[in-house]
Amino acid sequence: MQKTIEQSSFSGGFSEPAFDAAYGFRAAMRAMARPGERQEIGGAVPPAGVSDAAGSLLLTLCDPETAIYLTSEFDTPALREWIAFHTGAPVVAPERADFALGGWEAIAPLERFRMGTAEYPDRSCTLIVEMPFGEAPNATLRGPGIKDSRDVFLPAVAPFQKNALSYPQGLDFFFTSGSELMALPRSTSITAKG
Amino acid sequence: MSDYNFAYLDEQTKRMIRRAILKGLAIPGYQVPFASREMPMPYGWGTGGVQVSAATLTPDDTLKVIDQGADDTTNAVSIRKFFERTAGVETTEVTAKASVIQTRHRIPEAALNEDQILVYQVPIPEPLRFLEPRETETRKMHALEEYGLMHVKLYEDISQHGDIATSYAYPVKVEDRYVMDPSPIPKFDNPKLEMAAIQLFGAGREQRIYALPPYTKVVSLDFEDFPFVASKADHPCDLCAAEDSYLDEVILDDAGNRMFVCSDTDYCRSRRAEGHVGRLGEQEGAAA
Repeated sequence: MQKTIEQSSFSGGFSEPAFDAAYGFRAAMRAMARPGERQEIGGAVPPAGVSDAAGSLLLTLCDPETAIYLTSEFDTPALREWIAFHTGAPVVAPERADFALGGWEAIAPLERFRMGTAEYPDRSCTLIVEMPFGEAPNATLRGPGIKDSRDVFLPAVAPFQKNALSYPQGLDFFFTSGSELMALPRSTSITAKG
Repeated sequence: MSDYNFAYLDEQTKRMIRRAILKGLAIPGYQVPFASREMPMPYGWGTGGVQVSAATLTPDDTLKVIDQGADDTTNAVSIRKFFERTAGVETTEVTAKASVIQTRHRIPEAALNEDQILVYQVPIPEPLRFLEPRETETRKMHALEEYGLMHVKLYEDISQHGDIATSYAYPVKVEDRYVMDPSPIPKFDNPKLEMAAIQLFGAGREQRIYALPPYTKVVSLDFEDFPFVASKADHPCDLCAAEDSYLDEVILDDAGNRMFVCSDTDYCRSRRAEGHVGRLGEQEGAAA
């Protein structure tokens, strides 16, 4: 959707919150259940510089109970106000975050995010990484949710392999671009391609 | 009664459940704690499954609800009506037409596809609970992958009964990591746990959600010399003559007469519609 100069932190929310969030969650769930498969998601129009997919994911999953970390490029007053108005989620340091939003370069290193404990591996951060889709696949995914294998493009390979090694602890990723998202849970094993 | 939020639950509760479902899918077989709500039905009637369904449904979905395979029993009928009223979704009894299927204690006979979601009602999510009552201990056992006790239990079955006597809620190991309770489905259904659909498990009273993404490796625990057997009553269905479906035994009178019928009512009906007739089945056109 076109972003206009008139856009304020009050605009760009879900027009039908219950329905938009239900469709948004279905996309997020299908993505997490089928790692590497792209899903359409929409409904929200976040401030300029943030994809509709990432904005819709935030509105679907975040509320005052979930702390969000924004990388410096995304930590703008406009996005902070938009998140505060539409979700009420606090913006925090990476060590305390339940969700993180940023580009790949700025969101690394991954070690600073919570990866859960041995007894509660679910108490870990979910990272939303903005990146362009459509580049040639550089990794092959195998594991739960994938029938045989699936080739995808990842912004790097080694850090995700390392993340998968700490299974069942670890981080889970959503990659977003435009109105599309795909997911990479910690359970997926990754091999570099070529 | 149109004043409910879509699918009954408030949005913040749904977000909390949705976050738990996503973590559950990311760690297959691991039980994610969630803040289970009181539902307008008693614990033990599927409050966990209902909450997971409520958080999962979209207005476009078609819902099917089964109880022990049957679409027409009290639990199934009341949950189906609940969602007709609070979510306004289409409902069906036909497995292939449903996009979300909530189930109590069975997996449908017909294979599910990639676009379907199967939601289980779970009474006791912890497979180790009857062996170790303390949650602090079982949580540690899962963390340390300490599952010896479960194998001892299966071994004691063999030493006492000559066979693994566990016939339902038969424990499975998920992706070589977590031992999981598949809910009280008959062990006949265990091989079907590796399927194309997304499987979500909700335990309302025990406040746990867990999940299996499509094609997740699910292995029933066994021993090399006592391999797992997916057993069922050794009869064909008396109504539709199916040899491959799970059967309920029905006592007919005081003289010891009995019949075996498919527990999956939709499967049985569709077979009879195709013209299959069992021992006690009536010809096409007669009352079902």
